[in-house]
Amino acid sequence: MSKASIGRQTTWVEKALRVALYTVLLIMAAVYLMPFLVMLLTSLKDVEEIRTGTLLSLPSTLDLSAWSKAWGEACTGNNCGGISPYFLNSFQIVIPAVLISTLLGAINGYVISLWKFRGSDLFFAALLVGCFIPFQVILLPMARTLGWLGIANTTTGLVFVHVVYGVAFTTLFFRNFYQAIPGELVKAARLDGAGFFTIFYRIILPLSTPIIVVTVIWQFTQIWNDFLFGVAFSGFDTQPVTVALNNLVNTSFGGKEYNVDMAAAIIAALPTLAVYVLAGKYFVRGLTAGAVKG
Amino acid sequence: MNTKAANSGSQKTQSGRPARLSLADWMPKIVMAPTVVVTLVCIYGYMIWTAVLSFTNSRMLPSYKFVGVDQYERLFNNDRWIVALTNLGIFGGLFILICLFLGVVLAIFLDQKIRAEGAIRTIYLYPMAISFIVTGTAWKWLLNPTNGFEKLMVDLGFENFKFDWLINPDMVVYCLVIAAVWQASGFVMALFLAGLRGVDGDLIKAAHLDGASTFTTYRRIILPSLKPVFFSAMVILSHIAIKSFDLVAALTNGGPGYSSDLPANFMYAHTFTRSQIGLGSASAMVMLGCVLAILIPYLYSELRGERHE
Repeated sequence: MSKASIGRQTTWVEKALRVALYTVLLIMAAVYLMPFLVMLLTSLKDVEEIRTGTLLSLPSTLDLSAWSKAWGEACTGNNCGGISPYFLNSFQIVIPAVLISTLLGAINGYVISLWKFRGSDLFFAALLVGCFIPFQVILLPMARTLGWLGIANTTTGLVFVHVVYGVAFTTLFFRNFYQAIPGELVKAARLDGAGFFTIFYRIILPLSTPIIVVTVIWQFTQIWNDFLFGVAFSGFDTQPVTVALNNLVNTSFGGKEYNVDMAAAIIAALPTLAVYVLAGKYFVRGLTAGAVKG
Repeated sequence: MNTKAANSGSQKTQSGRPARLSLADWMPKIVMAPTVVVTLVCIYGYMIWTAVLSFTNSRMLPSYKFVGVDQYERLFNNDRWIVALTNLGIFGGLFILICLFLGVVLAIFLDQKIRAEGAIRTIYLYPMAISFIVTGTAWKWLLNPTNGFEKLMVDLGFENFKFDWLINPDMVVYCLVIAAVWQASGFVMALFLAGLRGVDGDLIKAAHLDGASTFTTYRRIILPSLKPVFFSAMVILSHIAIKSFDLVAALTNGGPGYSSDLPANFMYAHTFTRSQIGLGSASAMVMLGCVLAILIPYLYSELRGERHE
């Protein structure tokens, strides 16, 4: 108590506290940045420099060969074409999965908040559980189902899985957003003769831009970063980049090339990092919405 | 009686429904149908399916010869499973505590009208945008005993500095904690910062006028009002901990031996590579139990809270 009141009178104590505050915040910023910085530095060194130097020693020349090796030549498992094919696989999985799950989520949210029917609330509660189950309880049955449907080990199969288990979240996002739209709006439009899809398309969708952005970013990050479904349901040629990266890092033919590992890791992280840097505000909003409202 | 009924006056039950059921009345149900079917089958149906398998002697292929709770008995007599569960306790506990602590402290610090707050916040939170596989790969390199952090310290002049947790079966689980905290603590910070910004400013002003110090204001007024944020952060973090699979796969691959396995890795290994579907299913059900034990009280209190409003 007394300490605080003294602090209020003598400005140099306040100043010292301010300096301490900034110091702590900046040190923490350095701690968070350090791993990425080390990855970047390591990816620019050659193997010899890595062996002799330390984590933070600077590369003597700007050597991009680890990057081109990670992209086009490095061995993942028994395939030595770099991670580029898997990088493209990830896009082939992510784009349709994000579009379909977002669209379904928008329509579901629209129904659940503005076209309630008997049981729709109960269903929403049931769906919410889907956000939280550990996916281990559905892994094996899903693997069998994909086999029966003939889409095991295919990109289509992975899109299907990501849509099925992404819809719970997208519905939650849209439902919470549409909850704020007054029901009278829909009622009035119906009296004017507008139908279910006309109202959705003409009235609701134009209002939805922010939540669409949040949902697309959330789904993109989730699906791009997925490893469990990727490793359980993909074939050799359809692995997403996370699985390929893990194979690359854990492949031990000859000497360990940490520079290539790090370049590959940065490549795998780049798309979601780019989204985060460009649209961080929406990313955070998705995180907190998915979190607090869940 | 009559007045009461008149006062409650909800007219929605009286409002005229259209005489003929139009397509528009069916549309909502038709549109929702795919999601309903998929949810019932792929979440609830599969859950039951896995539950059923956990009571059978399935090995490489599902079989439906029931053996009671044998698999659960085998599970809890399995040393690898006990290690995985113990690891989950250590990992989860430390991960949650450190993330909460860092999250609260950083959020309070950042809430002091800091210059360049946006930039600092962006830096704290960026690991959350990255895959656990990338995080694991990065920390595997940072923590490796030959060329990593240890060598950095030795080169800085700490000749006898030792840091071999990654290859030490007793310490490897703490490597998981370090990497996971790095990844998720910024997120907890963001949650708390959002909470802090939502605290009623007048309340804080009033406290200051009453002569409360900044510290007291935080301890007595602001932090208690953030109880719901604590609660949700804890639920989310424990959820992340129970589901953790990729971090282990990338950082330690369960090793040395199986000393850093978590339940999710145990489940995957037994179901998909060791042809022990029954045992794997039993472990999945235990994981589900853990999640439900945390989730049900949470949802219950959330729903009760909503009703009070």
